Amino acid sequence: MADAARDPQQDDTGLLELEDGEDLFPEPGPGPALEESGPASLTTEDLSTNANGPKQASLFDDDPDDLFAEATEEVSLDSPDRDVLLSDGPSPAITPMTPPTSVITPRIGHAHDDMFTHSSFDEIEEEDGGDSFDIHISVSDPEKVGDGMNAYMAYKVTTKTSMSLFKLREFSVRRRFSDFLGLHSKLASKYLHIGYIVPPAPEKSIVGMTKVKVGKEDQSSNEFVEKRRSALERYLMRTVKHPILLKDPDVLQFLESSELPRAVSTQALSSAGLLRMVNKAADAVNKMTIKMNESDAWFEEKQQHFENLDVQLRKLHASVESLVLHRKELSMNMASFAKSAAMLGNSEDHTALSRALSQLAEVEEKIDQLQQDQANADFYFLSELLGDYVRLITAVKGVFDQRMKTWQKWQDSQMMLQKKREAEAKLQFNNKPDKLQQAKDEIKELEMKVQQGERDFEQISKTIRKEVGRFEKERVKDFKSTVIQYLETLLQTQQQMIKYWEAFLPEAKAIS
Amino acid sequence: SSWFNWAKPVQLSREELTKKYIRSVSVDLNNDASLLIDIPDALCERDKVKFTVHTKTTLSSFQKPEFSVPRQHEDFIWLHDTLVETEDYAGLIIPPAPPKPDFEGPREKMHKLGEGEATMTKEEYTKMKQELEAEYLAVFKKTVQVHEIFLQRLSSHPILNKDRNFQIFLEYDQDLSVRRKNAKEMFGGFFKNMVKSADEVLISGVKEVDDFFEQEKTFLLDYYSKIKDSTAKAEKMTRSHKNIADDYIRISSLMYQQKITRILIYTHIVVTMSFVSLQKVEGRVASDQELKLTELLRYYMRDIQAAKDLLYRRARALADYENSNKALDKARLKSKDIPQAEEHQQQCLQKFDKLSESGKKELTSFKGRRVVAFRKNLIEMAELEIKHAKVRSSIQLYYICFIMCTNELQYAWGICKILCEQI
Repeated sequence: MADAARDPQQDDTGLLELEDGEDLFPEPGPGPALEESGPASLTTEDLSTNANGPKQASLFDDDPDDLFAEATEEVSLDSPDRDVLLSDGPSPAITPMTPPTSVITPRIGHAHDDMFTHSSFDEIEEEDGGDSFDIHISVSDPEKVGDGMNAYMAYKVTTKTSMSLFKLREFSVRRRFSDFLGLHSKLASKYLHIGYIVPPAPEKSIVGMTKVKVGKEDQSSNEFVEKRRSALERYLMRTVKHPILLKDPDVLQFLESSELPRAVSTQALSSAGLLRMVNKAADAVNKMTIKMNESDAWFEEKQQHFENLDVQLRKLHASVESLVLHRKELSMNMASFAKSAAMLGNSEDHTALSRALSQLAEVEEKIDQLQQDQANADFYFLSELLGDYVRLITAVKGVFDQRMKTWQKWQDSQMMLQKKREAEAKLQFNNKPDKLQQAKDEIKELEMKVQQGERDFEQISKTIRKEVGRFEKERVKDFKSTVIQYLETLLQTQQQMIKYWEAFLPEAKAIS
Repeated sequence: SSWFNWAKPVQLSREELTKKYIRSVSVDLNNDASLLIDIPDALCERDKVKFTVHTKTTLSSFQKPEFSVPRQHEDFIWLHDTLVETEDYAGLIIPPAPPKPDFEGPREKMHKLGEGEATMTKEEYTKMKQELEAEYLAVFKKTVQVHEIFLQRLSSHPILNKDRNFQIFLEYDQDLSVRRKNAKEMFGGFFKNMVKSADEVLISGVKEVDDFFEQEKTFLLDYYSKIKDSTAKAEKMTRSHKNIADDYIRISSLMYQQKITRILIYTHIVVTMSFVSLQKVEGRVASDQELKLTELLRYYMRDIQAAKDLLYRRARALADYENSNKALDKARLKSKDIPQAEEHQQQCLQKFDKLSESGKKELTSFKGRRVVAFRKNLIEMAELEIKHAKVRSSIQLYYICFIMCTNELQYAWGICKILCEQI
């Protein structure tokens, strides 16, 4: 592609300048073939760029302009779709290019209940029979209730739905933050241990809330309330998107009933809170001591995958937070430059130049405002999304842990059974008929327990498989729609900037 | 740090220098065919830059019609300082000396890169390394341009272009370091002292007799402080843009990570690339803004300082004249050495008048020059901003389209390719 001694700034005029004849898709080289017989789940290795032959994984190794160079390695489509695409042919305006045949390979068999086997990646509705999913929840109108340290924010929760599950089509209730926490705690206690990924509630913030309680009406506490409002909304939407959780009576009660019993056990410094912390610690210790014989490669691989994802998302989140910070700094620096340019304009004695400089100052000030808005978009779309997913991944990992616990329980009862059987054999040998009967009864009980344990384990494994599939699908949709919204904000910012600069240009030209 | 061959000399050829490198700060230079100067080549070794000064002339005062000499930054400073010290040029605005090549930014970045190597991903590291090299190259190009403009200002000045030392600078094919050393010994700290006390002379001020100069004094003092402030603020803006570009690098390299791929599937390719391209635009904005706005402000800040220097010299001459008057009065009172005192007074008056006349001309043409340069730069800057914003919106637009056309992968790639070609 490019030689090493190339000046990286060569492409002054355009970002994506490609040399004539340069193909976006390099010929699939003599690398390891992607075609694999039989079903294989997509491992991270498969998705590496080895498919394109000599080209290596790094996007940035060679020509930084060839952004599409690595594009071909990842996606697989089922062959029927691909044939349709290739035969219909796109509109004549599209220049024919080397079809990335290495990409479009049926790599996934249909044997696995895996999302990648679906023929289209998104538009798959949860066809659970009954209503199609149609519910929208919004959290709005934060209002401070009460005074002093007992004050709290109450939010209006509005549900709009056409589903028969609900009595009305549109209704709202008022809820406070601890109500949300209470809901989550109930759902977690009901569903986590059987393998459902329960979306985590937004985090508590003692500092943030104290500012609000104390009555500080400043920008930072307003931002805090807005941040929380948005987080609560996302939390509820994620919860109701889960087909099982949606039908839960606690969820329905939360959305519909005007009065809700106060959830006291959610207080941070309550005894229940402390108990929760202790349990969490105990769980962590237990996790370390459970040595599970993983017979199912799917679980092993998925767990590893979520571990890695956790690390990656955290890093990404940190980088996006840095972006938000820097953009806020840019906005500040622009504002201060605008003021300085205005002063310079005043000082300038050439009339037309003076006017142009003042105009420049105005443009910079308007753009600084744009940058500030953009920083908010950066934050709400990207940073919060990533933060949500960091917490969600923790919930997913929790579900895997539950499976381990279930397995442990099963193994424990099996061990107990074994012991009891040995004891029974001993009793039989020593001929103690009365104790023998008791032992036989206990054994029967334990046998049932073991059977139940095995069933539980299989059930939770099955549930988790489905849940992970659903989770991944949701996440693609989530990221996709959020990224689109984010790009739209960027687009708007750019369009505005064009307007401002185009208005300024004649002023600059008017300098004589 | 081994990877960046700091020691290896980097050569910039004429091609590189002229290739789309926008001339930002001065206009209408190097038009007179009788004396054409440019710096077609430069060699950078560590942070020492060797410029090749190339002259083409029809003037008989030069030995050859075309010739080149190697020069260092210190040679330029020597030339500037000798011009400043020349009495005959006291009434002229001496073009500001080019600033010393400043590789501090890239050097610091290189340091950070070396330290962070362990924690960065391979892609991130490679990308930052590329950025660093680009930044280094940008500093290099900038310093060449600034040195070239200095010479071209001299060659287009009707009086300064006849200076003997200027000719020596252009023509003398030996090392100038001997001359430099002699000059330093002669002038040494004198120049610096003059500048330091100059402000006081001007401000505490001898009473100004001429309205024009009174106005100029007020204007230049005020304008200087304002433009200095604007320059500093513009530099801060540029740094913020660079920070954002760096963030985009980090984000795009993280998003490219294999592990994330599974979750975002191919959406991530698109997002990655949108971030990469955004980063390139941000980086380019940073460097283009740097050229246009910041460089413009920086250059004229120095130029205004040179204009102020002229005012200082004139104010000094006025002070000398007033002192000579006092001396003459004293001499008349004492009836001693009257003719010398009269002679001295006449000389001071002549010097002052000469400075005033030439100073007026210089300051008037300076204003014109400044207005023209600002105009050109503001127009170019606005046009660049518009272009970048359009490019960014195209990118965003087609990525949005792309994300939406999910299944039709080939179709979507096709659209992207077309849109790319149209940028």
